Amino acid sequence: MMEVGREIGVWILLVAGSVFCVIGGIGMIRLPDFYTRSHAASITDTLGATLILLGLALYSGFNLITVKLFFVLFLLYITSPTAAHALVKAAYSKGLDAPDLEDVTEIGGATSSSADSATLRPDAKGVN
Amino acid sequence: MKRSFVLFVTLMAVWLLLSGHYNATLIAYGVLSCVGVVALMAHLEILDHEALPAHLGFRLFLYIPWLLKEVVLSNFAVAKVILTPSLPIHPRILRIKASQKTQVGQVAYANSITLTPGTVTLDVRNGHFIVHALTLDSAEGLLSGEMDRRVAHMEVHAAIHEGHAPDTAADIGNRSERS
Repeated sequence: MMEVGREIGVWILLVAGSVFCVIGGIGMIRLPDFYTRSHAASITDTLGATLILLGLALYSGFNLITVKLFFVLFLLYITSPTAAHALVKAAYSKGLDAPDLEDVTEIGGATSSSADSATLRPDAKGVN
Repeated sequence: MKRSFVLFVTLMAVWLLLSGHYNATLIAYGVLSCVGVVALMAHLEILDHEALPAHLGFRLFLYIPWLLKEVVLSNFAVAKVILTPSLPIHPRILRIKASQKTQVGQVAYANSITLTPGTVTLDVRNGHFIVHALTLDSAEGLLSGEMDRRVAHMEVHAAIHEGHAPDTAADIGNRSERS
C-alpha cells in the first residue's frame, strides 16, 4: 500500500513538472518579445525542474541519490537566475526594443507605487 | 579562522555526500583536498564575507521558505497568464531602489527578483535595480517592496551579528560602475 502511494506521488510530481515545462514552452512561442519570453523560460527553470527533481527524489527513496538531486536543485536555483540575467542584460545594454524606463524610487509607501498601479489599471484593460 | 573552519566543514560534507565511498584512503584524499582549497583561498585573501556568507546563518533559512513560496505563487500566476487566450500581459521596465547595504544583500535581492517568474533584473546601478515586469500583478508585487524589506532585514541582522560594518553605499555604487 505504501509502495502504491509513493508511486502515485512520483507520477503526480513528474506529470505536474512536465506540464509546467510544456507551459514554459508554450509561453516561449506565445509571448511577443525577448524580455517577456525570458519570463516563460523561468517557469521551466523553477517550478518545472523542481517538481521533476522532487519526483525523482521521491522515486529513489532516501539515499545518496536524493542528496545529489538536491545538489542539482540548489545549483539550478543559483545558475538559472544568473543565466537569465546575463541574457536580458546583454539584450538591454545593446538596446533591444524595450518598454520605456519608469522611475519608481519610492517603495512600500502609499505614494508613487499605488498611484502608479491605480492609473495603469484602466489602460491595461485596453491592452487586453 | 572561523570562516576557514566553516568552509572546510562545508567542503568536506559535499565531498562525503558526493563520493559515497567511506574508506580511509578516499576520506584522507578528501581531507587533503579540502585543506588545500581552504589554504589557497586564505592565501589569495578571498575568504571574506562575500565568498562565504556564513554570517547570514539562520536568517537565510527564514528567508528561503518565503522565497520558495513566492516563486511557486508567481509560477502559477505567470502560467495562468500564458494560458489565457487574450494573453493579458503588460510589460514594464521599472527602476526601483534596493535598500540593501552590502553587496551580498544586493546580489540576493537581484537574484530573488530574477528567480521569481514575472520579474527579471536587467541591471544594477548605484543601489538601484532596473527590472522588467511581465504583468501588472508582478510589477505590483515588486513595488510593494516586501522582498526588498525581507532581504534587507536578513542582511541588517547579519551585519550586527557579525560586528562588521557593511560596505558603504558609495562603495557599492563605484564597484557596479566599474563592472
